[in-house]
Amino acid sequence: MSVGIVMLVHTALGRAEQVARHWSAAGCPVVIHVDKMVAKRTFETFVTALSDLEDVTFSDRYRCEWGTWGIVQATQSASETMLAQYPQVRHVYLASGSCLPLRPVQELIDYLADRPQTDFIESATTSEVPWTVGGLDEERFTLRFPVSWKRNRYLFDLFTDFQRRFNIKRKMPNGILPHMGSQWWCLSRRTLSAILQDPERPTYDRFFRHVWIPDESYFQTLARQYSSNIESRSLTLSKFDFQGKPHIFYDDHLQLLRRSDCFVARKIWPYADRLYEAFLTDAAGAMKKTEPNPGKIDRIFSKAVERRTRGRSGLYMQSRFPNEDWENGVTAAPYSMFQGFAELFENFEPWLASATGARVHGHLFAMDRVHYADGQSAINGALSESPVLRDYNAKGFLTNLIWNTRGERQCFQFGPADNQDVCWRIAKDPNAQVSVITGAWAVPLFRSNLDFAEIRGIAANLQRVESEHMDILRSPYTKARVRIWTMAEFIEAPMEPLQGILDEIGRTKLRRLSEAPKMVDLSGFGQFLQNLKNQGMHPYLMGDFPLERGVAASPKAQRKPYLVQ
Amino acid sequence: MIRLPYFLEYYRKMGIGHFFFVDNDSDDGSLDYLADQPDVSVWTTKASYKRARFGVDWLNWLQLKYAHGHWALTVDPDEFLVFPFCDTRPLRALTDWLDASSIKSFSAMLLDMYPKGRLDEQPYQAGQNPIDIACWFDSGNYTISRNHRFTNLWIQGGPRARVFFPNNPEKAPALNKVPLVKWDRRYAYVSSTHMLLPRGLNQVYDEWGGEKASGVLLHAKFLDTFGAKAAEELERSQHYAGSVEYKAYAEHLKNDPQLWCKWSERYINWRQLEILGLMSKGNWA
Repeated sequence: MSVGIVMLVHTALGRAEQVARHWSAAGCPVVIHVDKMVAKRTFETFVTALSDLEDVTFSDRYRCEWGTWGIVQATQSASETMLAQYPQVRHVYLASGSCLPLRPVQELIDYLADRPQTDFIESATTSEVPWTVGGLDEERFTLRFPVSWKRNRYLFDLFTDFQRRFNIKRKMPNGILPHMGSQWWCLSRRTLSAILQDPERPTYDRFFRHVWIPDESYFQTLARQYSSNIESRSLTLSKFDFQGKPHIFYDDHLQLLRRSDCFVARKIWPYADRLYEAFLTDAAGAMKKTEPNPGKIDRIFSKAVERRTRGRSGLYMQSRFPNEDWENGVTAAPYSMFQGFAELFENFEPWLASATGARVHGHLFAMDRVHYADGQSAINGALSESPVLRDYNAKGFLTNLIWNTRGERQCFQFGPADNQDVCWRIAKDPNAQVSVITGAWAVPLFRSNLDFAEIRGIAANLQRVESEHMDILRSPYTKARVRIWTMAEFIEAPMEPLQGILDEIGRTKLRRLSEAPKMVDLSGFGQFLQNLKNQGMHPYLMGDFPLERGVAASPKAQRKPYLVQ
Repeated sequence: MIRLPYFLEYYRKMGIGHFFFVDNDSDDGSLDYLADQPDVSVWTTKASYKRARFGVDWLNWLQLKYAHGHWALTVDPDEFLVFPFCDTRPLRALTDWLDASSIKSFSAMLLDMYPKGRLDEQPYQAGQNPIDIACWFDSGNYTISRNHRFTNLWIQGGPRARVFFPNNPEKAPALNKVPLVKWDRRYAYVSSTHMLLPRGLNQVYDEWGGEKASGVLLHAKFLDTFGAKAAEELERSQHYAGSVEYKAYAEHLKNDPQLWCKWSERYINWRQLEILGLMSKGNWA
């Protein structure tokens, strides 16, 4: 009893010949189908090259275009030849010219001899497995597809739409249930002959002729009718990318394939000399005994699909430039933006750095220059401190900064005197943790030595800018984690919000906040605000600030009223 | 001339089948050297580089005539292509995969390489790998915007923006390039290899968050030969936008600038560039 190999070949005939010789040397009869598209002379050279092998036969040639009935016809005819010519064959293995046996063929023969009635064919119902690519699953069977998708995509789509619109549907013949799966199977003689010799076969053939990609459903569906023992998996290792095209194996996959533990792999790049050399040797050298680790291949290829479809969050580069709001992550990592804290506390930056271990920058978007942590003139990625370079693309500056420093939490100060171009980008970024003490911009003014008229002008401008920014942060489009306090509210009880912010940043060194940052001296600040008001400029963002706030909170002892008796 | 031996060696090893050169009236023996190579065809012209739209017309004509139906790589002698798996797979593996994926153009952004210290500290010798000297680059200071007219990305930044154009970044040179194209006689490069027509060929980037496969052109411009080159080009005044780029170089070179900074990254291999996010394997695995 032995295994027969049906090989579908359309290119790289030299490699196909090598593989056919390998199968044949191990005692497996081979029936080869060569695509009708292959030139006659090339075909004849190929036949001559293999003419020294007795157990290699060629079947009738059909035109095999991707996704069409021709592939099924080719498989049927080659399988019929196999069953008729080689009565000793018990299992038929369907392979392609770019398949490569990884394990010694004898191991496959033994494996199948132990499971004489098992059919290895991946076969799942369409309704339960949504793995198809391109949107067609059930419709593969209910619609007709007489036009080639590869050559005539426009007509294909037109025809498909037409049938959908007029609700033209087909019924499965004899009420069979459609199944789909990998094209590459290994069926027992009993099941395969039952499919090929079924009196109803013309009915099925007529139906599947117009099914979309019938090579993934014809045998998969019909095997269910006859097989007593289906093992729904393919013995051929093949990985598909996000468009449903098979991944290709190269020389550098050698170790991976050695550890894959599969009998056959596809698809192999025809110029992968090392792979062909390594696996097409005699049984002794073929598979060095290595610990099988098939999971690794899976990981590598599913990561490739993930990279192509979702990409790395927060990366903007030559081949990944997502449209706004389609980024799958605006930035690469969580970060914190503080507004008003550095103004209200004297030592906020060093305090935050020591409390969290994060990198704490000053005003990154300040007009004079980029204030990096520790007064550096550049930062990871050679990002410059030049405000001109930054403002040339402020949003790109932010995403670059977060990408370059991934792995380390970034915190920075912001304020109404800074470049506001990034406000929307940050507001819409779920990675952003934004904490604002509104009105705190007035503190440096209050402590400055400017003329009051000048202060008044600056204050009016800053208040307008900050108010616009708060509108953005409160908009329904905001996805950042936003906390806003008025200054009055915040200084009532500063410890609680600070603790909350640190907890959210995580990696807090202190379990409980023991040391608070030092607040600037605010005595006279209430009066300062009142003076602004008196000048007609109403500062409202700091909240309700009592006139006497901060002046040593002990009210003057009231004299006891005299009692006149 | 001094650059040619290594250039040919590098790309022969990668599997380039035939080289096409345009020699713009060189006087350093390049023409004879190239004419002696078995796999090189060389054209020579005394005409103006500028009037040929900075050489693009020459290249388009050559590609129209000889590249139809082939994968064509268009590079300067100081540009070295790096693509995913280039240390284990030949260029043919990439182009076969691109063919199988129905992809017609492949992008490779220009990455300016520079030495540590003064540019003229280590003289370059013919046949030497220039990346051994100029082995540093900027990894994360590139700005990208869309060019809506041609749908390509416009990338600027790197050491040239950082050192030569800190006060007018909009004038910094473009770094986006699409050097590898399955050529068709209907195609044309518009401006250097920065963008192509028809515009679909410029869609080398994904807009929905995914990453397409891409490479990098290591740009070994900043060697000891650069000072002389900048002076010469300024004299010839044959470059883009009134040679504003070369004017800026001449201006800065007087002060002997350092391109290297503390945050410069030392080049190791393509995997490093991929991790840094300068190129991507896309779904090629």
